[in-house]
Formats: sequence, C-alpha cells, structure tokens
Amino acid sequence: MSRTRHVGLPRWVFVPAALAVVFVVLPVASLATRINWADFGSLVTSDAAMSALGLSIRTSAASTVLCLLFGVPLAVVLARSEFRGLGVLRSVVLLPLVLPPVVGGIALLATFGRQSLLGEHLEAFGVRIAFTSIAVVLAQTFVSLPFLVVSLEGALRTAGERYDVVAASLGAVPTTVLRRVTLPLVLPGLASGAVLAFARSLGEFGATITFAGSLEGTTRTLPLLIYNLRVTDADAAVAMSLLLVVVAIVVIGLVRPRVAS
Amino acid sequence: MSALIEVTLADRGVDVAFEVAEGETVALLGPNGAGKSTALAVLAGLLRPDTGRVVIDGEEVTGPGRWVRPHARRTALLAQEALLFPHLTVLDNVAFGPRSTGAGRREARTTAERWLSEVDASELAGRRPAQLSGGQAQRVAVARALAAEPRLLLLDEPMAALDISVAPALRQLLRKVLADRTTVIVTHHVLDALLLADRVVVMDGGRIAEQGPADVVLSRPRSAFAARFAGLNLVAGLATPDGVRRPDGTVLHGTLADPRPTDGSAAVAVFRPSAVAVHREAPGGSPRNAIPVQITELEPIGDVVRIRAGDLAADVTLASVAELALAPGVAATFVVKATEVDVYAH
Repeated sequence: MSRTRHVGLPRWVFVPAALAVVFVVLPVASLATRINWADFGSLVTSDAAMSALGLSIRTSAASTVLCLLFGVPLAVVLARSEFRGLGVLRSVVLLPLVLPPVVGGIALLATFGRQSLLGEHLEAFGVRIAFTSIAVVLAQTFVSLPFLVVSLEGALRTAGERYDVVAASLGAVPTTVLRRVTLPLVLPGLASGAVLAFARSLGEFGATITFAGSLEGTTRTLPLLIYNLRVTDADAAVAMSLLLVVVAIVVIGLVRPRVAS
Repeated sequence: MSALIEVTLADRGVDVAFEVAEGETVALLGPNGAGKSTALAVLAGLLRPDTGRVVIDGEEVTGPGRWVRPHARRTALLAQEALLFPHLTVLDNVAFGPRSTGAGRREARTTAERWLSEVDASELAGRRPAQLSGGQAQRVAVARALAAEPRLLLLDEPMAALDISVAPALRQLLRKVLADRTTVIVTHHVLDALLLADRVVVMDGGRIAEQGPADVVLSRPRSAFAARFAGLNLVAGLATPDGVRRPDGTVLHGTLADPRPTDGSAAVAVFRPSAVAVHREAPGGSPRNAIPVQITELEPIGDVVRIRAGDLAADVTLASVAELALAPGVAATFVVKATEVDVYAH
C-alpha cells in the first residue's frame, strides 16, 4: 500500500505532541491502578450503581432525541438560510459550549424553577420540572445541543447545495428535498453529531446537580453518584469512573471512523 | 411548451432577452463570464432578476410581483457533472422526478425503466452512482432529467467534464432526445451548437451579441466571438454517398459521420482551416477537394496566417504567403483531402 508523502515535520513537534498524549492517557491509566479489583464486580453491579447507570442512559437517550428534534432543523436553518442576525444567532447557539455548566444550571433554574416566571405558570398546571428526571433531561439537552448543531451544520456546508438544486429542478418540494436528499447525504455527520450529544449528556454534571439536584433514582445520574461517593466510598467511585471511561471509549469508537472519513 | 426570457441583473451586468419556440433547442454561446450561466439560473428560478420576466409554457414564472419557486417550474437542470444522488440506486435516481411530482412507487419505477432503456442504460438500473463511469453517469442524468417531464430542459455544458472518447456517444444521445424538446443548452463546443441546436444565441459581456439559426451564425458569424468559436469551415448542402453537394452543384467529398445522413438529406461538411492547402493553380489528384476561391482577407494568428475567402478559411505559413504572393483579391484554390472533411446530418 502506498502512502502519501508529506513535506515532513520539524522533529521537535513530536516532543510536545507526545507530552499531550501522555497528559490524556496517564490519568486514565492511573485510574485503573487505583481499582480494587477484588470488589470491582460487586461495586459496579450494586443497586445504586445500576440505578444510576440506568438513569444516565435513559435521560441521555431522551436528551439526544430532543437534540435531534430541535437541533436538526436549527442546523439546517443555520447552514442553508440567509437573514440578518444569522451570525449573532450562531454565536448564541454556541453559548452552552463555552458557558460553565453550573451557570447553565442556574439559568435553567431561573427559567423553570418554582420562583421563576415560567415555573410559576407550569406549577399552576401541576407541572413541576426542577429536581425531577425531566430537569436532568433538560440540563443535558442544554449542554449537548451545540455538539449536534455544530457537527451537522459543518456536514451540511461541506455537502453543499448542488444536489438540493438538482432535486428541486426535478420537481421536489422543499420538504421532499430535505427528507430524501439533504439529510440522507449528511447522515454520517448527523450520526456523529448524535453520538457526541449522547456522550456529552452521559457525562453531564454541573448543570444537572444545580438544576435537578441529586436524588437517588430520579436525578442521581452516574457522574453525580461518583461525586457523592468519592469521599465516603472511594473504591466504588473509582470503579464507576472506570465504567464511565469504558462507555466513553465505546462512544468514541462509534464516532471516530466517521469523523476521519 | 415555449419559453421567453427578458431580464436584467444590474450587479452581474446582464441584460438579456431571447425566446425558445416549442420543441426548439437554443444554444447559448459566449466567452466565460458572458452571462450564460446567469441566464440559465434565472430560467431555473435560482436567481431573481432585478427587472423583466420569464415565461414558460405561457405561464409567467418570474415577473413584477410574480415568483414561482424552482420546484414548481418544471425546468429540469443537467449540469457538467451528473450529480446523481449517491445514496440512491440508478433506478431510484431516475424515479426521483416522477416520485416527487406525485407518481406512486410502482408507476415511478415503470417510468424510470422506460427512460433508462431510452438512453441505453437499462443494465445499470441496480447500480450505485459510485459504480458508474463518467459517461454512464451523465447518460443516467439525462434519463433522470427527462423522466421529470420538464417543460423546459436546461443543459449547462453537459459534455464539458466528459472524456473526449465518450463525449460523441452522449452527443448522439442528446441529439436523439432533444429533437422535439424545448431546450436551452450552454456549450463551449462548436459541434454541440451545430448538431444539437436549432438556433444559437451568442452572449458577450452580459448582452446578446447575435442570434440566429445555428448554421448561419456559425458559418457567417457576425460577432467576433462566434467567428472565434466556430474556428471551422462549414459547408452546408445535401448529402451524397461520399460528401455534400453544394447549392452550385459541386460536391465536397468527405467522411460521413454516424448516423450517416441519408442521400439527398440536409448535411454539413466541416473541416479545419489548418487542413486546407492553398494553391494558385488547381492541382490534380482524386482524393482531394479543390475549391476555387477569391481571397478576401489575411489575418495573422500565432505563427500562421489565416487566409479568408468568403465563408472559408485556410491556415498557411508566412513563407507560403510570400511564395504564392497571396493577397486580398487574388484568385486561388483551396485544397482539402476528403479524409479531413467530416460530413454530418443536419
């Protein structure tokens, strides 16, 4: 197999590059050295762990569905339309990406909390959001949405509008063009965006603990459980951390080949 | 199904007006940046002109206070690249137009199969676009455009991206399917204009430089571009078994290109100025055509001199010009081998 020959890199760049890899790998590897392997099995299958993992997966799946429902149309609007203020809108959408998650949590509390404007109205209908599983899903959606939107918008821009134009010229109404041409062509980008959003939801901590609290069975996801246990039961915290690392590696494995192509 | 365009686009410096009669093919010619693609985009509804209107099949689709969206115009677009939808099979690509305009799944497939067989591509039906050659893909793209039953077919240099070995086959295919179809084709190739178009519209600098029947504009170009564009000698007449009989009764011998024009039908003989030798006296020899002419003009082109004699041109070296004392007004004989002359049905 032939290989593309590059012009060659200065040798010194490999030193900081290698240090960067060590900086990522070393802490994860160190985690494994702290594991109490004798009790590992029972620790990760304890009722608290299974309940937290189940909650994490259910809420992350729900938030990924919400990201798809609202993020796909948003990405299409950002990539394919032209109007004043589009640049500002794009920056606003990216906000959760740069905002500290705890700030996001406080903002959500200010929106949906009991004392808030929206919360008061919802309370009148008997709907409570803060400190419920719904709050977990909302917090995860808030922080994950930009991952899906950015990844899909990039894919849409790369794909370009040429196929859309051909489809329209063949008589397809805009909805048909979107459904049968635009989205199928960016399916890899859509899939990697969804996987990234799911992964970000799975790891979500700051906004969740602020907006949803840490109630076992309803809002205590796996990251929250690990945080809870880190002082009282360090062995359990480390074991569950490794569990999350494994889940994260599986997720990266799902998304990586698509990003590379 | 006719079409009419008369529009201006100030920021692109385009001011263009022409008509396409029902069943007519109009070739849009002109240098790069002349506004050809802009005109096509306005017809397709991809660009909104500043002023003017577009009428397709009697329906105003662009005009003051009037705008029909691209999908509702039924103007199928065929570009340089086939742009087949990569995630659909060849058959589903061709069925896309009928499906999108309301046909049921089975009906759309039947239509698609019919058009695939029309372009001799039935055996490709189950393939993915990635498994096709450039020529095959463009063939399928033609079928896909026609299956949408467009009121106006728009072709944007459909053969420009093809290998020269496959372009002639596609040209013959287009010749067949465009015969009675209302079409606008942008092209850079003189043969496309000659063989596919009934009329040509020559654009330059956003405006129309000249327009008229294809053979007239190409053989007696009035615009500089059309003359450069043609760059060919073209003799029209009636087909004989081995050439073209000119109106004056003389026969220009040549090679009949497929599909061979039938005896006595309209045909054109085409040959390059560089294939023409210039003599002061008519030479002997049977495989040669000798055409007595009177020289009208001498024009240096690179390291040769183009000798014009009415509609015909010959390229000779500067040494020959001096040796033969060629000058405007001088009587001479243009000699061209029959093997250098291509005869096409017209």
